Order: sequence, then structure tokens, then C-alpha cells
Amino acid sequence: MKDTPLSNCERDFLLKAIEEKKRLDGRQTYDYRKLKITFGTDYGCCFVDLGKTRVMAQVSCELVAPKENRPNEGIMFFNIELSPMASPAFEQSRQSELSVKLNRQLERCLRNSKCIDTESLCVASGEKVWQIRTDVHVLNHDGNLMDAASIAAITALRHFRRPDVSIQGDEVTVYSPEERDPIPLSIYHMPITVSFSFFQQGTYLLVDPSEQEERVMDGLLIIAMNKHREICSIQSSGGIMLLKEQVMRCSKIASVKVSEITDLIEKALENDKTARKAGGRCGYAESITQERITALKMDETPVEVTDVKETASDIIQKAEPSPHKVPSLVVPVPGVGQVGQGLKNTWGLEEEDDDDEEEEEEEDTNDNGSAEQEEDLTVMEEEPHKTGESREANVVELSDSEEEEVIILHPETPDRTPKNTGSTSHQKGAAKSKKRQKK
Amino acid sequence: MVSGLKEKVGEVLLPGDEFCFEAEDTISLTEQVKPEKVVCGPGLRRSGDRLLVCKSGVLRHKQPNTFWIDSQQRRYVPVKGESVVGIVTAKSGDVFKVDFGGSEQASLSYLAFEGATKRNRPNVQVGDLVFAQFLIANKDMEPELVCIDGSGRANGMGVLAGGGLLFRVSLGLVRRLLAPHSKIESDLKQLFPCELVVGMNGRVWVHSCSVQQTLIIANLLQSCDTMTAAQRRELFRRVQQGVL
Repeated sequence: MKDTPLSNCERDFLLKAIEEKKRLDGRQTYDYRKLKITFGTDYGCCFVDLGKTRVMAQVSCELVAPKENRPNEGIMFFNIELSPMASPAFEQSRQSELSVKLNRQLERCLRNSKCIDTESLCVASGEKVWQIRTDVHVLNHDGNLMDAASIAAITALRHFRRPDVSIQGDEVTVYSPEERDPIPLSIYHMPITVSFSFFQQGTYLLVDPSEQEERVMDGLLIIAMNKHREICSIQSSGGIMLLKEQVMRCSKIASVKVSEITDLIEKALENDKTARKAGGRCGYAESITQERITALKMDETPVEVTDVKETASDIIQKAEPSPHKVPSLVVPVPGVGQVGQGLKNTWGLEEEDDDDEEEEEEEDTNDNGSAEQEEDLTVMEEEPHKTGESREANVVELSDSEEEEVIILHPETPDRTPKNTGSTSHQKGAAKSKKRQKK
Repeated sequence: MVSGLKEKVGEVLLPGDEFCFEAEDTISLTEQVKPEKVVCGPGLRRSGDRLLVCKSGVLRHKQPNTFWIDSQQRRYVPVKGESVVGIVTAKSGDVFKVDFGGSEQASLSYLAFEGATKRNRPNVQVGDLVFAQFLIANKDMEPELVCIDGSGRANGMGVLAGGGLLFRVSLGLVRRLLAPHSKIESDLKQLFPCELVVGMNGRVWVHSCSVQQTLIIANLLQSCDTMTAAQRRELFRRVQQGVL
């Protein structure tokens, strides 16, 4: 099945918005979407949600004969599966260009960086080694598959435990988890990719492009880096000319992003570990229950409000009839819902709408003690009863990792609109109150 | 059975729920027994002597005996006479191929525009948005769109030019938007002056004077999808307060 085509109007609007430093989902230029890491019931099963992009990684192991030229090293195998469920554009059982590209990139990121100690996977030299296979399944495609896949893969590898083995003479014994505790892989460092998309021949740069942005971008730069600021791989595609400064800037941004993501992964792993130790509920089923369709919950789309101040006065002064619109559209017929007469707005500010950014929220809750804000919160407190019931009993690991929010590195505009725009939607209630509980 | 259906009006039903055609317990001897006729709309399906629910949603009722399920689905199935927003994907000979979000593409003749003749072709490019209505929509034939009404007038249809943003909402919200005296529409009207074209296929095109406003409207409408009326009013009120 063919993918939905991108219309000219969407393309033009996106580019125009990017020129004005706005994104459809209200993120800033360097913002990641909301990142959520959950684990399955098994070891080595990890789900990563990056906005609406969702991938699953499953690690498995097998005892095989080693490669001839490397008798002492285990084998790493990576595979990315693009199922038609993720996007109608993906076809079943056909290696598309995209999947080859992603596979190659993932291999470069994880295998070629030698982040995993393959020699520790050797059982009997030249005879038996562990083959570690990482399958990444794309469950939903909303852009930036590479970053989601790399996070999922490395987290799953960190989470994975292989069975313990012992050798007595020629005999190799593999112990079940009941007999001996399974052993984690030895991982030296965690390379994570960060994608940058370039627009208008490199004039504009965005981090973590969404699917629509990926469609209109001119070029893509993928940097794989670890927490120690070591670049593990760097790849530029799309055929744009990048200046040295641009690459340097991107690598700086990447280093900040990577350290944030690494912290998040560590935290998620820690939470999962404590949950498993405590014998609490963990795993896939737990991650699913809270997304009930009856919960009337929607992830908020943040809309940026940073430059409201300038524009506000502008609009008041320049309130004039807008240029003539397509005349045929004025006639209201069934199917045409026209609102207003196409005049410029006269009510002043164009503040944001339903939702502001998560972090702004945090700011608000922290430092904004205005009465309105208080009232806002009390309203919010009552809300979650509808949705929150099921969430109360959550596993630690889930609730926590879900909360995580990638915070922008360079808070470019420290003077965010100080007054709370008070536009928080009701749906936000649950998230907000949770945040308070946490504090 | 009608009484059984009426009891459930306004409740959430799920696929697999069923109603039985049961004979009335008591039959009046004096009055003439009239056979009851029930009209089943979308989401309800007759199977033998049972009435099956095949979509999840809220059961709705209209006098005298019309029932349907009000669902929040996103997949669009073309219906003759409905207006949709489509994207032109190809020009082939004298027809345009239009993607409207359905299972296959629709064809749109270049003569089906207001004032178009063989000489005077409309200026439509691949990737343009068209607002058109279905002339043919049936499961065995390729759907066909036209941008004129019966009298050859555009009547609001045609190419959507001049920028704007296209986004997708659920079909339920579209129906709510297009309903006569729609509350959402009137609420929105008070907030922002804008042009809004709503296609029955869940695509909405919005155009206002600035990028920021367009984004806000798009986000507002998308978030309306899962809100109750009270929540929506509250949200709109907040936006308005933040604005004024």
C-alpha cells in the first residue's frame, strides 16, 4: 500500500514554520520528543517510545561455532524489521532501502564501536561462542527511527542476561535461570545516535525530526556518540554540504543529548531492577494496561509560546483586514465550515493553546506562585481520578521512565513567558498531578 | 427489540454485542399489530434474527426508529455525495488521481471544475489539495470525485490554494464539526478568525493570518478529539483568557 502523499501545502507550511523557528508539535529546535523506555517481562526486551514512534528490541542468544578468523569472539547480530503495521509504506518481507540503511547504521553504531566485549562471549575457543542477536521491530513510524532503534537496542542489550555456562573437560553445561543466575553482557559504553535534519540547504537545523519533517528535509546527519563524548560513527546523507562549524555544533548538541538519554536509560534500568528484585509487577503487560482506550487520555502537544511577547504588540498595532482570500470558499456549503470572515485577529496576544511544554510546566509548578497557578493546580488535582485510577498501582519503573522528559540543552530563551498562560488542558491533569506527587 | 435498543441509547457498545428480534410478550387483540421497522445505520448489522454491533462506540437514536453507532474511527470509507479533502497524486490524461485516505485513489476529471472546458484546463498541480465531493462511491468501482455541484457551480469546492495547513482528525470530530449549529465551530469562531475546510474523510485544512495561529487552531482541534464538551469549553476559555 502506498503511503499518504505529502501535499504541497503541508510542505510549504512546514518550511515556513521552520523558518519562523516553529515546529508542528511545538518543540524547540533542539528538543527531543517525549522519550519513554519500558521493559518486557523477559530479560532483553525493551520498548522505546519517542513521541509516537514506537520500537521494540528483543535480544536473544544462542551457542554457535565462531567465525574462522575470530575463534575467540562471540558474534553480534543486528536486525531491524520494518513491519507494515508501523507505516503503510513499509512492505512485508522486502528489504527496502530504508531498512538496509537503518540496519547498517545500527551495526556501525553498536558493533563497530566495539561497545560490547565479544571475547567474554567465548565459551570454548574455536568451538562454541555465544551469538547475541538483537531484533528491533518498528511498531509505529513517526520519524527518527534511527534514534529510537539505537536507544532500544542498547537498552535491551544492557537489560539482557545470558545463561551461565560451565565447561568440564569437553562438556559444556548451560544452566537454567533457576540453577544459576543469568549473567549480564559486559558493555563498555553505550553509543546512542542523535539525528539532525537540515532544511533549506543547511540553513535550518532540527533535532529529532518527526515523520513529516523527515519528508521535507534536505539532508540528515546522524551522530553516534557515547557518554564520554566519543563519536562512534557519523553519517551524513541527503547530499548537502555541511560546514565544519555545523558539524562541530551538531556534535556538541549530540553530546548533551546523549548524556541525557544515557541517564534516562540508567534510571530506567535501575527502576526495572528494583521492581524485579522486589518481585513487583513488571514487564510488558504492565506497560500496556495504563494505555487504555477508555482512559480518555491524550498526550499533549506542546505549543511553543516563546515569541508571544513581540508578536502580541505587533498584532494589536497591525490589526487590519487580511488580504483577500479565495472567494469561492466564502460560500458556506455542506462541508465547508468557515469561521470568521478572514479578518486579522483583534484580541491581542496569540498565546499558546491547549498545552505548553512539559518543562515549562515544571517551571511553572516550581517558581510560579501566582494565585492563578494555584487554582490551576487544584483544578488539576481533581482530574486524574478519572484516568489515574489504574495508574496509581503502577510499577515503579513504568511511571518513572514515562515521566522522563528530555530537557533542552541550550535553554535559548530563558525569558519564557513568565505568566502562566493557564491554557493547560484537562487531559494534562494526570501527568501534572503525578509530577507533584513525585515532588 | 426496539425497546431493548432504546434502553441502550447513549451507552457504549462494543463489537459482538447483540440484540435479538423477540416477539412481544403481550399482543394486543384489539389493536392492529403493525410490524415495526428499524433502520440500522453505521456500526449495526443484521444477521438472521439478531442485530449485531460491529463498531465500538455510543449508540444513537433518531425518531422514529433509526439507530446507529457513533464511533471515533479514523478510516474513511467513501460515500456518495460526501465532500472530502484530497491530495492530487498524479495527472494521467484527462483525469487526476486523488488520494483521499481511503483504500484506493479516486479519479477526478479535469472537466469537473467550474468553468473548465477542453480548452480551458484547470490549473492543478500534483500535490495540490482539492475539496471535492463523491460522484461515484461504491465498493465495486473506482471512486470518482467532482468539484462542481449538479448545476455546474463550484459551490466552495475546488483547489485549496494560498497556504494553510492540512491535518487529520477522527471522523467523529469531523461529524461534530459539520453538524448544524456545531458547538465546536461556534466556540472556535469566537476565538480565531480563520478559514476552515473540513472533509468528511477526517482531513481538515485551516488557514489563518499567521503560522502561529494556524498551529494553535490545528492543535486545538486535534485535542478536541478526546474531550468532552465541558473540557473543551474550559480549554477554549483558557485560550481566550490567555489571548485577551
